[in-house]
Amino acid sequence: MHELSVTENILAICEKHAKENGASKVTDIYLTIGQLSSIVDDSVQFYWDIISQDTLCVGARLHFQRVPAKLKCNQCGHEFTLKGELTLCPQCGSVRIDILSGEEFFVESILIEKEEAV
Amino acid sequence: MSKERVPVVEQILSANDQIAMLNRQRLNAAGVFSINLMASPGAGKTSFILRTIEGLKNSLRLGVVEGDTAPVTIDSDQILAAGMPAVQINTGGDCHLDAVMFKEGLDQLPLNDLDLVIVENVGNLVCPASFKLGTHLNVLVASIPEGDDKPYKYPAMYRGVDVLVINKMDLLPYIPFKMGYFLQGVQILNPGITSFPVSCITGEGISDWCHWLIAQRNQFIGHED
Repeated sequence: MHELSVTENILAICEKHAKENGASKVTDIYLTIGQLSSIVDDSVQFYWDIISQDTLCVGARLHFQRVPAKLKCNQCGHEFTLKGELTLCPQCGSVRIDILSGEEFFVESILIEKEEAV
Repeated sequence: MSKERVPVVEQILSANDQIAMLNRQRLNAAGVFSINLMASPGAGKTSFILRTIEGLKNSLRLGVVEGDTAPVTIDSDQILAAGMPAVQINTGGDCHLDAVMFKEGLDQLPLNDLDLVIVENVGNLVCPASFKLGTHLNVLVASIPEGDDKPYKYPAMYRGVDVLVINKMDLLPYIPFKMGYFLQGVQILNPGITSFPVSCITGEGISDWCHWLIAQRNQFIGHED
């Protein structure tokens, strides 16, 4: 798995946005991850605790907002949420299925603290 | 002290994607077409590359970038023995090639003397799917002994490729591989994808693949994007 490189990328993005916005500290990070994107939350958290030392993000909480995989049948228009294995359309049996959501993989927002200007 | 929520909405792998774009621009400038071969370990990527070299060596000048997790040159040695320039990239244990590693590979190839660069990614059906390299086509080499359930188990890989090679077709009579079930999963994830059933042992399907690849390359030369 590639959680270390993923975590390094998350850190770089958060540090960049924290600095641009004059943060003294980042307290929370909101990640949006689709059900079909392969990433292990615990593993990211493990690397995070190590690589965020000595950065604005040290101690920040990672929040994983999972987006369920929603599919739509091209044949009959039926929309359904994926549970377990990919299947044919449960309504009409067609293979012509569009994936509407579930492939997201981005940093949605960060919560920062700022020192008040004196 | 004040608290503030800062909207970011930045793709986690955007840094990689940007370098991949630079790799693509560099290849385009040199007029070199490139393909990224991905597969599980043992699917026959190297054998397939050797067959492709054999089929194309009179038509195109090829170079190969080999990715492996350990510092071995087993694969690149075979390519060099076939008379083609090859570069071995050791990922240092990483499970995939990324755009920076591919850039390092390109640095070592004589791009101006090549028509086609083939990348052999690290054998893995999970991670390489997430890391764009900047190649023009992503190719998945599936193989019969892996089993017919792989599209269902590795949807991101099957969804993200442009062409599918089904290798080791010569083993189909000996293995309980339900082609209908396999292709159904492929169709759900990647409707209408071009596929080539091949065997690197018998040579079945290789010339169809080579003709198709030459056509893709000619189309690229006529219209670079």
